Amino acid sequence: MNGAPTDDARDVRTTAAALALGDDALILSHRLGEWAGHAPALEEEVALANIALDLLGQARILLSLAGDEDELAYLRDERHFRNLQLVEQPNGDFAHTIARQLYFSTYQLALYRQLVAGDSAFGALAAKAVKEVAYHQDHAEHWTLRLGDGTPESHRRMSRACETLWRFTGELFQPVEGLDIDWAALEEGWLTSVTDVLERATLGLPQGPRTGAWTAGAGRQGLHTEPFGPMIAEMQHLHRSHPGASW
Amino acid sequence: MTAVTEGTAAEAAMETTADGRQAAFDAAVAADERIEPRDWMPDAYRATLVRQMAQHAHSEIIGMQPEANWITRAPSLRRKAILMAKVQDEAGHGLYLYSAAETLGTGRDELLDKLHSGRQKYSSIFNYPTLTWADVGAIGWLVDGAAITNQVPLCRCSYGPYARAMVRVCKEESFHQRQGYELLLALSGGTPAQHEMAQDAVDRWWWPSLMMFGPPDDESAHSAQSMTWKIKRHSNDELRQRFVDICVPQAEVLGLTLPDPDLRWNEERGRHDFGAIDWTEFHEVLKGNGPCNEQRITQRRRAHEEGAWVREAAASYAAKHRPVPGGGPAPGESARAGTALGESTRMEATA
Repeated sequence: MNGAPTDDARDVRTTAAALALGDDALILSHRLGEWAGHAPALEEEVALANIALDLLGQARILLSLAGDEDELAYLRDERHFRNLQLVEQPNGDFAHTIARQLYFSTYQLALYRQLVAGDSAFGALAAKAVKEVAYHQDHAEHWTLRLGDGTPESHRRMSRACETLWRFTGELFQPVEGLDIDWAALEEGWLTSVTDVLERATLGLPQGPRTGAWTAGAGRQGLHTEPFGPMIAEMQHLHRSHPGASW
Repeated sequence: MTAVTEGTAAEAAMETTADGRQAAFDAAVAADERIEPRDWMPDAYRATLVRQMAQHAHSEIIGMQPEANWITRAPSLRRKAILMAKVQDEAGHGLYLYSAAETLGTGRDELLDKLHSGRQKYSSIFNYPTLTWADVGAIGWLVDGAAITNQVPLCRCSYGPYARAMVRVCKEESFHQRQGYELLLALSGGTPAQHEMAQDAVDRWWWPSLMMFGPPDDESAHSAQSMTWKIKRHSNDELRQRFVDICVPQAEVLGLTLPDPDLRWNEERGRHDFGAIDWTEFHEVLKGNGPCNEQRITQRRRAHEEGAWVREAAASYAAKHRPVPGGGPAPGESARAGTALGESTRMEATA
């Protein structure tokens, strides 16, 4: 509206934000997809696949805002992915997967709620996705309660999982370029919600640091953890083996 | 069996005798009425259905493995979404079918134990490996195609819950088949390497798919009785022939060949003749000597064992938080996630 430079600047900001949010959804969807055939009960085969599919749907819309979805998913190298380190963490046992889901879905829900209210390019997507993510958060919350307040073994496992992943949660609130979000309010809301769930699950809030020593905000800048490389190698291998082919 | 609710007093009296109940059952089956869970039925009918529904359910959940093998390597996001949805559908089919079996008094835990200990089987087709991406397409086209040919008649099966579950399963299977076919079409018309991949997959999956219809009619152990009971509507060989006739023109459109030099149109019969099936291979795979028997059942057992603590936690939590005066777990409470988690799906499948 105000001439080419402003539109270009807006596009660059939209692209950066679409990549960050799109990569979060893409990578977490992939990790959840690894559960297929391995879940602890048939109901969870259905539920985890359902969440993975929702996230993949979001990823496809978001990446398409930034370019060609397949080129972005399959032809970027590790250092060009903008996802949070949290979502790339290996599935571990079911407790680790649930802790990762709790931390991420609580974040994504609050983020999308703010985007629904704002006037960014993401409003329409967020309006649809917020309903899906509310279910993801509900699923994670209920499993956190069952595992935390289930048996001594499940309590021990859930407690360990929450602690292990805690140091990847500081990064959630690093501002993402191109998103007009009240990050302080987002963090406060997230902490209140997660604290409430963990307390009801008879689990305390983990005490450790919420970021690693040198990696604060690192995923958004393309610095990832070691498990990420093998993951995208597997994801990209077939596509890259047939350059230019259509599928 | 609606006859029970509509019956006259004389009929009701007759049904209290063993002969009378058998006669009422036979008459209901002959009249194409549905047998429902609370209706009287012969023990052998019940046992046959539980065995068949269990084997079908087991096939759905074991069948997730060969395809899940490609979820993490799917070559486009669109294909990845289709494949994940398909594998999810199979888990859903497993749920309906275990629930249908449960209407006859055999629970999911007991059936899973039988699967894990090798006392019940699943379809042998899933003991073949998925070696390339094209195998995902070949499974959709041929394996799901064969399954549909087998299962569409089951929508008219005499046992109500099974028939109703199959209506839904068949709808989803036909999506899967079209998606598989479309995947192969894209590969066949793609690069030479993609075309070769598609042909190789069809070459490997064609014969095992024909074996899915079971042994020839003269060697089929359960066929005659199941036909009388209207659990089965068509013979193995008849369904196999139907499948071959459907596939031949589809292969032509795909631009792929079927690996059978004896396959040709027989003008006189109005059907295709096809080559002899290697039943030795069929029996070997059935006995456990297929390429993936050990791998499939080991993964299934491991998932079940590694998930035990999760199911126990769910049961323990449910017992602690059950809103019952006096509270506390019921005596003999077992750790069954199915009870806590599967209620809505179960009701849907059996309603």
